[in-house]
Amino acid sequence: MSSIFEPEVVEVMEHSKSGPNRIETRLSSKEKEEIDREFSHYEDKASVGLEALRIVQKHRGWVSDESLQAVSAYLNIPIAQLESVATYFQLIFRQPVGKEVIFLCKSASCWIMGCNRLQKKIEEKLQIKPGETTEDGIFTLLETPCLGDCDRAPVMMIGEEMHRNLTDSSIDEIIENKTLYHAEGSGHADQSAD
Amino acid sequence: MLTNPLTNPLTKNIRGPENVATDIARYEDNGGYRGWRKALQLAPEEIVKRVQDGGLRGRGGAGFNTGLKWSFVPRGEDSPSVKYVVCNADEMEPGTFKDRLLMERDPHLLIEGMAIAAYAIEARTAYIFIRGEYALAAARLELAIAEAKEAGLLGSNILGGDFSLEVHLHRSAGNYICGEETALLNALEGRRAIPRAKPPFPQVSGLWGKPTVVNNVETFCNVPHLIEMGADWYRGLGRGEDAGSKLFGVSGKVKNPGTWELPMGTPIREIIEEHAGGMQDGLKLKGFLPGGGSTDFLGPQHLDLPMDYDAISKAGSRMGTGTIIVLDDHTCPVGLVLNLTQFFARESCGWCTPCRDGLPWVVKILQRIENGEGLPEDLDLLREQAARMGPGNTFCALAPGAAEPIQSALKLFEQDFIDHITKGCCPYL
Repeated sequence: MSSIFEPEVVEVMEHSKSGPNRIETRLSSKEKEEIDREFSHYEDKASVGLEALRIVQKHRGWVSDESLQAVSAYLNIPIAQLESVATYFQLIFRQPVGKEVIFLCKSASCWIMGCNRLQKKIEEKLQIKPGETTEDGIFTLLETPCLGDCDRAPVMMIGEEMHRNLTDSSIDEIIENKTLYHAEGSGHADQSAD
Repeated sequence: MLTNPLTNPLTKNIRGPENVATDIARYEDNGGYRGWRKALQLAPEEIVKRVQDGGLRGRGGAGFNTGLKWSFVPRGEDSPSVKYVVCNADEMEPGTFKDRLLMERDPHLLIEGMAIAAYAIEARTAYIFIRGEYALAAARLELAIAEAKEAGLLGSNILGGDFSLEVHLHRSAGNYICGEETALLNALEGRRAIPRAKPPFPQVSGLWGKPTVVNNVETFCNVPHLIEMGADWYRGLGRGEDAGSKLFGVSGKVKNPGTWELPMGTPIREIIEEHAGGMQDGLKLKGFLPGGGSTDFLGPQHLDLPMDYDAISKAGSRMGTGTIIVLDDHTCPVGLVLNLTQFFARESCGWCTPCRDGLPWVVKILQRIENGEGLPEDLDLLREQAARMGPGNTFCALAPGAAEPIQSALKLFEQDFIDHITKGCCPYL
C-alpha cells in the first residue's frame, strides 16, 4: 500500500477531484447519514472516527487512502490522528480483503485445543497464509487474539459469525458452504451476528 | 447452570436455549430493575457506602474495592458538573469468556448496574466500550438500552424523578490494550489507545478530562443485587475471605469446559474436578493459569486454594479474571508460554521499551528453545528479561502481566525447558 504522503498519490487525489470519475474521495449521503447519527453521543467529533471508518468499510469493503482522507475531512480530524486509529485496530482493513474474512483464534485455550493444526488445514485448503486473500477474492485469513469463547475451543469467526468446537471436517464443511454461496452469485456475505 | 436467585444473582436469568435474548418484561418479572428503583430512593453517597461495605472487588482482574474506587470521584458544588461512567467490555484476556456470557444472555443486568453507578457518582452519561468482535452482545445491548429508555428507566427524568442518564454503546475494533482503563479512555476519545500516565487517576480526570469511573462488565453486574439485598447479604454469598459470587470458567483439556457462577472462595479443585468434570481421560493436570493469560502458573499443589484474591496472591499468582486455563501433561509448557508471549508481543502498544523490545526478544528465545535450538544460558536470559518487564519498569501493566506466565513457567516447568535444550527438540512432539 502506498503512503498518503507519496507525491503520486496526492496527484491522483488532485486529479480525481477534477475528473468525472472521481474515486471514493467523498462520502456518500448514506455514509454521512450513518456517521451523523453518532455525533450526539460524544463531547467531541473525534470519538466518531473509528465508527466512521467502520461505516465506510461496511460500504466499501476496506479503508483506502482516499476513504481515510474523506473521513478526515468530514470529521475535521487530522489525518495523522485518524490513521493512527485506523492502523491500531485489527478490524479496520487498510488493504482490500476477501468477501469472507476468517479470524482464526490463536489464543492460549485454542492453542491447547489444536488451532495450529487447523490453521495448517485452512492454509492448505485455501492456499493462503495469514494476511493473504484467495485468488478468487472470496477468503482472507487472519490470526486473531482471544475471541472469548474458550470453553468451545478451537473457534474462529467469519465476518461476525462464530464457529465453535472446530474439527477438520467442520472446517471443510464451513469453507465449502461459503464457497458454494459465493459461486451462486448471492452477492454479499451474510453479516448477521451469530 | 444453577439459577437460584439467592445464590446465583449474576446468572439467575440465564437459562434455556442460548438463542433466546432476554427482554425487559421477562427481566423485570424476575426481579430486574428493583435494585435501580431502590437506588433512586437512596442518597448517592449511601450507594457508594453500601458497595464499599459489601466488599465488591473489581472483576476485571485488579480486584480493587469498587465502592472505594467510586468514592474518589469529587462530589459537591465545587466538583465538575460533567462526570462519566464507562463499562470496560473489551474482554480480550486469553482464556477469558465470562463477560460475553453476561452481555449476550442478560444485557439488562449490566445496564441496571451501570445506571446505579452513574447515579452514585452523579454522572449523566455512560458508555459501554465493547470489543468489535462481540457483535451479538452489541446488538442485544443496543436493544436493551432502547427497551430501558422506552420504559422510562433510562433517558430524561427517570421514573418521573430528577435524575437523567443516557447510555451509549461504543464499539471498538479489537485491541487488547484497550482493556487498560486509560488506554480505553484514549480510544473512546478517538485517539490511538495508548495508556495515560497515572496520576491523575480517571476518577479525577478521565474521559475528556472529566471525573470518570471505569469498571468491568461483571463488576457492574454485581451492583443491582448488592443494592437490593444489602451489603451483609452480599458479603455472605462468599465462602471465604472475599464477598459475593463470581463467574469462574475452565478451558483446556478438561471433560466439561464452561462457566459457572460460584461463591467467591470456592476451592480450585472443586471448580476443575466437579464443575469442569476433571481432566480428559488419560491426561493429568500439569499446571494452570488461575485467571487468564497474564497470571502466574500454579501447579497441582495449589488445587486446594480458595478462589480469593489474597489467597491466590499469596501463592504467587493472581486471581485475574477467574477463568482458569488448564495445562495437561501432554501439552508442551514451552509452546504454551511461547503462544502467550506472541500474543502479548503483538498487542503491545509500543510506547515503552521493556514491552516493545523485550517481548519480541522473549518470543525469539522461546521459539528457538521450542525448535530445539536453545542454548543453556537462555534460561537465565529469560529470567532476566521477565524481571526487566516486571512492575515498576513499564508504563502500564501489559508487560508485567506478560512476564507472569514466563517467570512462573521457568520455576514450575524448568525441567521441560532444560529437556528441550539438551534433547535438541520439543519432547512433546
